[in-house]
Amino acid sequence: MSLKIVVLAKQVPDTHNVGPDAMTPEGTINRSALPAVFNPEDLNALEQALRLKEQFPGSTISVVTMGLPKSAEVIREALYRGADKGYVVTDRPLGGADTLATSYTLAQAIKKIGEFDIILGGRQAIDGDTAQVGPQIAEKLGLTQVTYAEEIISLDEAAKKIVIKRHIDGGVETVEAPLPLVVTVNGSAAPCRPRNAKRVMKYKKATVAAERSAEEQEAYAELIARKPYLDITQWGAADIDCDPKQIGKAGSPTNVKAVKNIVFKAKESRTLTGSDEDINNLIVELINEKIIG
Amino acid sequence: MNNVFVYCEIEGTTVKDVALELLTKGRKLANTLGVQLECIIAGSGLNGVENQVIKYGVDKVHIFDAEGLFPYTSNPHTALVVNLFKEEKPQICLMGATVIGRDLGPRVSSALFSGLTADCTELEIGDFDMKVKNEAGELVNKHYEQQLYQIRPAFGGNIVATIVNPEHRPQMATVREGVMKKEVLDENYKAEVIRHDVAKYVPETEYVVKVLDRHVEQAKHNLKGASIVVAGGYGVGSKEGFNMLFELAKELHAEVGASRAAVDAGWIDHDRQIGQTGVTVRPKVYIACGISGQIQHIAGMQDAGIIISVNSDPDAPINTIADYVINGTVEEVVPKLIKYYKENNK
Repeated sequence: MSLKIVVLAKQVPDTHNVGPDAMTPEGTINRSALPAVFNPEDLNALEQALRLKEQFPGSTISVVTMGLPKSAEVIREALYRGADKGYVVTDRPLGGADTLATSYTLAQAIKKIGEFDIILGGRQAIDGDTAQVGPQIAEKLGLTQVTYAEEIISLDEAAKKIVIKRHIDGGVETVEAPLPLVVTVNGSAAPCRPRNAKRVMKYKKATVAAERSAEEQEAYAELIARKPYLDITQWGAADIDCDPKQIGKAGSPTNVKAVKNIVFKAKESRTLTGSDEDINNLIVELINEKIIG
Repeated sequence: MNNVFVYCEIEGTTVKDVALELLTKGRKLANTLGVQLECIIAGSGLNGVENQVIKYGVDKVHIFDAEGLFPYTSNPHTALVVNLFKEEKPQICLMGATVIGRDLGPRVSSALFSGLTADCTELEIGDFDMKVKNEAGELVNKHYEQQLYQIRPAFGGNIVATIVNPEHRPQMATVREGVMKKEVLDENYKAEVIRHDVAKYVPETEYVVKVLDRHVEQAKHNLKGASIVVAGGYGVGSKEGFNMLFELAKELHAEVGASRAAVDAGWIDHDRQIGQTGVTVRPKVYIACGISGQIQHIAGMQDAGIIISVNSDPDAPINTIADYVINGTVEEVVPKLIKYYKENNK
């Protein structure tokens, strides 16, 4: 008894560690100043997938990402930690996609992968915090969804049912849902296990075609002929039968009207030192003015 | 047709605050647009539920009352909203940026091919101009009137983006609890109440997820309603550092909040996070301890009456909106605040 598992992963700018050089003087984002990382909650999703794989030997984990060719980095990271196969969807016409166009594209890629029992992804990505792509993929594939998942409690392969503990506002609930389905995993779920040294050795040369320079092509062709698992699948829009009207900018109902830097309306503030005298005076003033106390 | 809709989330048979806040905002948007405000309430045993919402200025209440609609599950609620919207063709739909709204909104937007903006901090109506290609393939200006501006911090809070969806309806947005203010418009407001035949909107086959067990707790704190908030950021430095903040809060009868950085560091529970992706607070006094002041955080506390910033970095962004800036570390200053408050407040 084995499962076919799909994990959705995204490479994101590390918005949790934004330094002062993250913005250009013109007020645009200096993307090169932000390191690209594996979206944290997608790692929580990968861990749930790896646990299922342990529980159901012979299961396979396919990781899908959409982005620049460089996003193959997250595929390699997933392979190091125990995933079996990776897919990078990358193509110029896919650029400028909002969540709806992104979910359409990923849904097309998942259809191309073929059969699956469960699709796992992070609840949301830290660059947008929208939490929309998971449910939108579920809708596009005609599947139900369980969002904000904390833990997969049990999975009954014969009955095609899964029991999941999930967060709700102010509490938790346990739900039973039919397979196949989409599950989005919360950041509070079990953290992902670290890389496996043997797997790092095995997969460190895994690449997508777009990452290989012209000079490297021949060497890679020879390498991949011997070790086909080093060829991460690369798909463009046409490879997954995308309708041009539903991808990229054209497939995105939302438009960014304006983007502006934050300028705080500066208040007239009083600056104090941390000295005993300053603090004492401040407290006395606040109490006298009935602001505190 | 073309009205403003609010999806009203419920707990049991009580409409949640976030929905009432959205009704107040929705009423204002509807007035600007010269249209009606309608709302959807779906659950079980909803006799009289309309009385909770009409006074916020709702013109039409759509009630879906059936076994299996409470507790919320994704598919049946999606089906009833989508099928109702196919008939009613709203121009705007607002939902709470709650677990339910963030589960339902994307599914509805996907089914209707409409744009959805998550976690908006402001909603306004205005015009929009866009360059589009005409039949000859030339770029020409296209003017759209009275669009919904969906305004939200983006990209880790370093920028604020205004989003519009000119070509698709409804224009959908989610908003967190506490971001908008609820206000009763008129206790005697009159509305049309429609109790829909649920089976016509939700096929039996949509009831696929079973809720086996459900546990909702009362909030452990009253951060949202606190008149004084002591909030800690990365500069607090540790879990122990937060103990000091709790001590100060106890003296001041305040609640303790935190920035995302402190929550991510694991020093404090995530339900105390203040900001765009946390709680929005409007206290009389806000004491920011070691908080640098990313826009996401500011979005959740900028309406505080008096802001006191304790920070060792004189250039911390939060200082620009503070009334009092204390240059010093949290470790050094907070014990002194406690000490001198105790001494002077006798």
